[in-house]
Amino acid sequence: MNSIKERIVETPAGPTRVWEKGRGKKLGYLAGLNGLPKWSPFLDKLAETRRVIVPSLPGYPGGPSSEPLDTQLDWVLAARDALVAAGLDGADLIGASVGGALAAEVAALWPKSVRKLVLIAPFGLFDSETPIADVFAQRPGQTTVLLSEKPTDYAGYLSVPKEGDAGEWEVQTLRAHIAAASLIWPLGDTRLSKRLMRIMAPTLILWGHNDHVIPLSYARRFAEGIGAGTKVKIVRKAGHTLEFDEPKAAARTIDSFLSS
Amino acid sequence: MKVLWFHLMPYQDLPADFKDKHNSVWVDIDPGLFDPLRGHQHYHEYMDQLEYAAKAGFHGICVNEHHSNAYGMMPSPNLIAATLARNTRDAALCVLGNSVALYNPPTRVAEEMAMLDCISGGRLIAGFPVGTPMDTCYAYGQNPAKLRDRYYEGIDLVLKAWAADKPFAFNGRYTQQRYVNCWPRPVQKQPPIWIPGGGSVETWQMCAERSFVYANLSYFGHQASMTHVKGFWGEMKRLGKEPNPFQAAFLQFVGVAETRAEAEKLYHEPANYFYNRCLHTDPAYANPPGYTSEATVRARITSQVLRAAEESRKATRSGGGAKFFEEGHVIIGSPDEVAEKLLNVCKEMHVGHLLLLLHFGNMSRDLTKYNTDLFATKVLPQIKHLYEKEWEDHWWPTGMPKHLPKGAAHAKSTFATAGVAAQ
Repeated sequence: MNSIKERIVETPAGPTRVWEKGRGKKLGYLAGLNGLPKWSPFLDKLAETRRVIVPSLPGYPGGPSSEPLDTQLDWVLAARDALVAAGLDGADLIGASVGGALAAEVAALWPKSVRKLVLIAPFGLFDSETPIADVFAQRPGQTTVLLSEKPTDYAGYLSVPKEGDAGEWEVQTLRAHIAAASLIWPLGDTRLSKRLMRIMAPTLILWGHNDHVIPLSYARRFAEGIGAGTKVKIVRKAGHTLEFDEPKAAARTIDSFLSS
Repeated sequence: MKVLWFHLMPYQDLPADFKDKHNSVWVDIDPGLFDPLRGHQHYHEYMDQLEYAAKAGFHGICVNEHHSNAYGMMPSPNLIAATLARNTRDAALCVLGNSVALYNPPTRVAEEMAMLDCISGGRLIAGFPVGTPMDTCYAYGQNPAKLRDRYYEGIDLVLKAWAADKPFAFNGRYTQQRYVNCWPRPVQKQPPIWIPGGGSVETWQMCAERSFVYANLSYFGHQASMTHVKGFWGEMKRLGKEPNPFQAAFLQFVGVAETRAEAEKLYHEPANYFYNRCLHTDPAYANPPGYTSEATVRARITSQVLRAAEESRKATRSGGGAKFFEEGHVIIGSPDEVAEKLLNVCKEMHVGHLLLLLHFGNMSRDLTKYNTDLFATKVLPQIKHLYEKEWEDHWWPTGMPKHLPKGAAHAKSTFATAGVAAQ
């Protein structure tokens, strides 16, 4: 029986939680807007065939503070440091949403550090004609509806565990949102478009058919920016958090891409 | 006690169905609702009212800063304050204030406020709000994760720019400037610093630690603000600081008439316009991540803007309502009743500066004058002596030096004399 292992690794930003499960080739995952407050069914599915390794980014659950990070360079270095400290240098890498923007940066700036790259609805670009939704301007309770096609399930995933402290859980969630804002406020444009062409790793772009945050048209923009050979797959019945909405379909598509 | 006449400068022609047809008075307010010709009238009428209040005997007049907001038409309070500085003589000019984090570099704030202090002859009160989420994060795109830190740095830069006796380099986290050299310099070496705030733990701490005035700006009366003001005094006590009531200010809506019944009749419509149209805000814009600090979240303090947004939506569902009088959001009554209530409020909260909204919502020119006159002649004399004997106000503008150096004089009178001579 495979179980989740937790270790703490040192990075220049501070002690960083690394979760791990499964055997086989290493596969890294940089989580999205809410980070990874709990292990997820998507990662379970991937761990059936691979050694899934999940370092926490600054500000996110398990990560060091994001407060000292000022610039895009600070964030990119923090992501790179976390991946290296987790033993993921040269491994396959998945980045989702905010984590996708950083995974793309790492793959662009250190081309040999990523074998194959999977981007799940990444932030980083902005098109005034089809703007990204403002995830930071939502009425109470509406954010999960915007993010997920299964908002009740997703809200359940984000909710405080039975044995948890509700107050501390709220602060942990707030820190994750502050980290996200620190990186992508106000538009989500990290000027990634200037660097996409540096990505050399074979890349799969995954997008939820019903992504209400970043329009589907961005999948094509990313593919064009990265260059020839980039694959795009659309996952039906999925929103921005497609790996939570359709964990099996997402894992199957990724596994097939990484194995090819 | 010092009493200041405060203007928000609301746009008065929001349609009756504004709440049903529009999302928010703030941030995404429909530009099509603004008629520049009405804007022309509003600005002149409102500046007339502020100037009138200064002549009527109020200790100060007060303006503030909002962006993309139909109830506050002053994106630049400094423009208004500049004209008021020319047309008033003795009243303090309270600019409450400039959101320093929005200016790049914040040196601009130091310069403009120094100009205002020079033009007015040392009458400036310098307010530094962190600014609401709507103004700063949404309308002006500031990152909420860094806003407060940027704000603190901005205040440091402004104060240093006023104090420095030679140009200096500023190497901040957010501002790098090789040559900071604030020309002109303020008449008052450092104008009094007032910090508009609500329930932010950090604001209480900063005001207490740095001896700034904590100005609680409440749209919901003193009961709603009591926790916040007590939080400030608690911080003062913790630091062992003297509880001088002049280190606190409080904002109150007031409507005076001959009788309470008359006041209810006169002020219902403008109050209703303010609470049910001007405060129609979208809760989506109330709480960007990082705007409220961890400490404040842990202290479980709800922000006023979130409350306004929630109340506004509740009122829509229940079809309106006039709780604003019963719950003291607006204090109304005969002059004696109003004086008694205000004295109680100021004693209970231990505040020595009272900021009054005697114009609110779509109040007419005539009613504003009536309210102002009645207050100045019949209420002000009853309340202004509070705290004056027991405490000294260290947070009030000094004006021009008593004995002007040789050759110094009010530029305006010198020029006028020269003009007459030339004719």
